[in-house]
This record gives sequence, C-alpha cells and structure tokens, in this order.
Amino acid sequence: MLTIILLLCFIANINLGSVSIPVSEVFNSIFGTTNNSSWQYIVQDYRLPKALTAILVGSGLGISGLLMQTLFRNPLAGPFVLGISSGASLGVALVILGSGVFGGMFASLLISKWSIVIAASLGSFLVLLAVLLVSSRVRDTMAILIIGLMFGSITAAVVSVLSYFSSAEQLQQYIFWGFGSLGNLTWNELLIFFIIYCLGLLLTVVSIKALNTFLLGENYAKSLGLNIKQSRFIIIIATSLLAGTITAFAGPIAFIGLAIPHITRQVFNTSNHKVLLPAVFLFGAIVMLICDSIAQLPTSDYTLPINAITSIIGAPIVVWLLVRQRKMVF
Amino acid sequence: MNNSQDEHIILSTKNLSIGYKTKKGISIISNDINIQLDQGKLIGLVGANGIGKSTLLRTLTSIQQPLEGSIQLEGKSLSEYKPLELAQTMSLVLTEQLISKNLTVFELVALGRQPYTNWVGSLSVQDRSVINQALEHTNIIDLKNRKCYELSDGQLQKVMIARALAQDTSLIILDEPTTHLDMYHKAYILKLLQELSRETNKTILFSSHEIDLAIQLCDTMIVMTPETVFSDAPCNLISQGVFDNLFPKDLIGFDEKTGSFRVKK
Repeated sequence: MLTIILLLCFIANINLGSVSIPVSEVFNSIFGTTNNSSWQYIVQDYRLPKALTAILVGSGLGISGLLMQTLFRNPLAGPFVLGISSGASLGVALVILGSGVFGGMFASLLISKWSIVIAASLGSFLVLLAVLLVSSRVRDTMAILIIGLMFGSITAAVVSVLSYFSSAEQLQQYIFWGFGSLGNLTWNELLIFFIIYCLGLLLTVVSIKALNTFLLGENYAKSLGLNIKQSRFIIIIATSLLAGTITAFAGPIAFIGLAIPHITRQVFNTSNHKVLLPAVFLFGAIVMLICDSIAQLPTSDYTLPINAITSIIGAPIVVWLLVRQRKMVF
Repeated sequence: MNNSQDEHIILSTKNLSIGYKTKKGISIISNDINIQLDQGKLIGLVGANGIGKSTLLRTLTSIQQPLEGSIQLEGKSLSEYKPLELAQTMSLVLTEQLISKNLTVFELVALGRQPYTNWVGSLSVQDRSVINQALEHTNIIDLKNRKCYELSDGQLQKVMIARALAQDTSLIILDEPTTHLDMYHKAYILKLLQELSRETNKTILFSSHEIDLAIQLCDTMIVMTPETVFSDAPCNLISQGVFDNLFPKDLIGFDEKTGSFRVKK
C-alpha cells in the first residue's frame, strides 16, 4: 500500500518541474527514446537524480531519527542530537566564511561543491568522533545525549563568531547552504551517496533486535544477554553514516528526522521496530518527495528552500495527528 | 556433600560480601552471606529499608561485582558466565518502568525469547509455544493482543512475569514484585509465584516487604538484619525469633502465633 503511494509520488515528482513536459515524454526521456534532447537532459540529469536523492534523504533521515529516539528513550531526539549537523555547519562555515582569510582567487576555487561536501563530512565526522570519545567514558546513555547537545552549542558558537567577521556575500552563501538542496547531485555523487547510505541501512537492519530490546530499558536489555555498549556503538555509527552523508550532500535538512518516526508511530500504533523500520523508510521517502514537488513550485521558475517546506508541511501534520489521537504514543 | 544433592542447588554463595567500592574506600553493606537456592523452590528475601536487599539482588544478578566471596550458579562461578549464557540461566523482573508500553502483551512476552532467536529476532514454532505456555501459566491468554498501556499495574506485573517465564531460565529473580499493587493483587502475585515454582520446577527468588504473605507462601526465606543474614524455612525462622529483631522494637512487634506483625498499643 505505502509502496504504491511511494511509486506514485516518485512518478509525480519526476513529472513536476519548472518546465512542463508531457507525461509520455517524461517516460520516453527516462528510457532515452525521446526526440527532444533538452527534455531528455532535464529528466535524466536533473529530475531523476533529484527524485532519487529525495527518497534517500527522506528515508535516511527518518530512520536515523527513529534510531536516536529509541536509543535515547526520548521523543524529542532527532538525527542531529549527536552534533552531526552542527559539525557539518562548522565545516562549511569554515570553508565559506573563513575563505576570506585565504584571499581572492584561491577563495573562489575553494568554494566548489566538492569542497563543501568534504568540509561538511569532515566537520560532522570530527564532532561525532569527539562525542564518541567522550561518551565511551560514560555509562549512562542519557549523558551521551547531553554531550552531543553541548558539542552542538560549541560549534554553533564558533559559527556565530565566524559570521560576525564575514562579508554579507559570504553570509548569504552560508545561509543558502543551510536551506538544504536536493537538486545538485550528479549521478557520480549520487552513487557515492547511495553506497554510504546502504552501509548505514545495513547496520540499522542488523540492530533491529537490539532496538526492540532497548524498549524494555537498559537493565532488562542486559538481562537478556544484549551487549549494550556494542549495540549502542553500532546504532550511533549507523545514524552518523546516514545523517552525516545526507547533511554533506543535501545540507542540514530539518524536521523530517524528528517528525517521520512520530507520524509512523501514530499511524501504525506500534513500537515494534520490525514494523516501524520499513514504515519509516517509506513514509520518509514519500514526505520528502511531496515536499520537494511543492518546493519546485511547478510551472514557475522559482524553487523554495526545501528546509522551509519540510517544516511548513510537516509540523501541522504532527500537530494534527497528536490532537486527533489525544495522546502521544512512544 | 554428595552429588545428588548438588544437582538441586541452583545458586549458592560462600562468604559473600556486598557493597560499593568508591574512591574514598570500600563501603560494606553486608558480609558473610551464605545462602543456597534449591531447585523448584520459592524464596522470599525480606529486610528493613536500606538493609541491602537491592544490593544483594544486584550482586546475585551480576549487575554489580561482589566485594569478597563467591557466587556459584548451576555449579559454575557467576563471573565466568558470558552475557548470553547468563540470559539463558537467569531472568529478571525489575521495578523500573518500561520505556515503551506501545507493544502488545504478546510482543512484550516474546522479547523474553531474545537469547534464543536469530539475528533479526524471528520466532520459531517452538518459541511461540513457549510464549503461549508462559501466557497460560500466568493466566493472561485473554490479554494477548492488548497494548501494554491499557493494562492495570497488576496485569502488567503478570505480563512481566510471563516475559521472564518465556526466557526459560532455571532461576527467576524479582525485585519487589508487589509494590504499587493492592492487597488482593499482592497476594495474587505471590501465590502465582508459588504455583509457578511448583508447576515449572523453576527457582524463584523475590524481594518483598510483604513479610506476612511471604511467611505463608515461601519455602525458604532470606532475612537480612544488620548483624546477620538468616536463611531457613519460615517456621524455623519464627521459632528462632529472627523476625523479632527485624525492625526497631518501639513501634511494631512480631506475633509468633499468627505469624504477622502487630502495632504496639
């Protein structure tokens, strides 16, 4: 059922865009049998990778949000509680805002797309590493949550200091990165994205049993023979692989990671991860495709920031679900 | 000690000292504990607040290390057990709240099969039959498909006991299973534990403040006092006058005839 909706959304997403292309021609373009080469270019090299990116981003963020909420027993946790997005922001801020230091020619060379991707990955990886190092010394899972938030605060502070010394132009560039974007990926980039994404997904699937055991609480989990530290480590690595690459390639996309697990829990009314995980995957992908379609403002030349759309669409849905059910299920 | 007797001992301690190691030094809560849990018996652990019941249970369940002495579980030192092996020998019912009550009773009891299931946790035919037996033993078959957040405290406690049963261990340890329950359900749960120890031949150890009920239902009682830890059949403990020294004598006294405490007038 959800799979069919996902397919429909996928097709709708490919068909909607600034340039209106007839449905039959879209399919012809995909299979390379169209006569219109510019349509073929738009569909094959822009819309198709964008739609696939949307699926990966939506499902990946939803799943990493679910992992964090279960691990930290906290419905407010999202994929970025471990400081992944703030680390990425710091990396990008250093490249964009700090480029003034390197001066003229070199700066413009530095701010290519790959340098931003690398800076974001490096930033999130370093912050995550710091969080992991500190958290390996604490036994309490809640402490890891606080440590992640603290590292987030530190990086946010560094970013504000950098912003203070930056030009308006650099600031605008940085803010634009913060809006998030799904449409900038080439097929090569998408392939790298997909490989890392699959690794994260694989680790998640391996953790399903541990995740269900965590629902009982850590002491029960331990009495059931679960190796808490190891499972916790795998879950954190899975989250950082998913959320880290997504942030690197598509920017810090808010809200999806927090909201999708809640929407799924409300709709399916269960905490069993064997049901939740595939459902979150599908819901995340669907919502992201819908948001992207709206952000494109079909038939107009404008593209709205995806980050704004996810919140504008998503927040009312969560509020509506909570009001309708009258209680939060977790 | 001969071998045939040895087989019936599930858990025994020898000169066990329990407590905490801190940076300032060692704080001993209780020492020289020599207890023995026999197969198929219901054992109650009683004592005043703060006497170290929880510390003893934490030590016996390997959450905390003993300061001195040894614990033998099924003829093997507790410290030699691997986590998974321990999970197949000993199951717990704790006082802590569940993180998520949005599971059905069946799903929750099924989590007790985790030490036996494959990497993704799918249930075999045998797993299902063990789970159903656990549900039957605790009389909660009709709750099978209900969500845990719909249940009363008494029902939830039965579910947690069923989960421990499904773990299929020779020893079940419960930490204060009767707190938050009304008088009827306190008796019901303890009576249920007695029946379970008879029917399934499992050893069940629980800590409780329901001394009156424990005296009536337990095969053996472990009584912790500031000086010593006693372990014997309830009637022997009464005739030795152990319960008289359990609490300060200014407010309540133990009545040997009825086997219960009375408030002093």
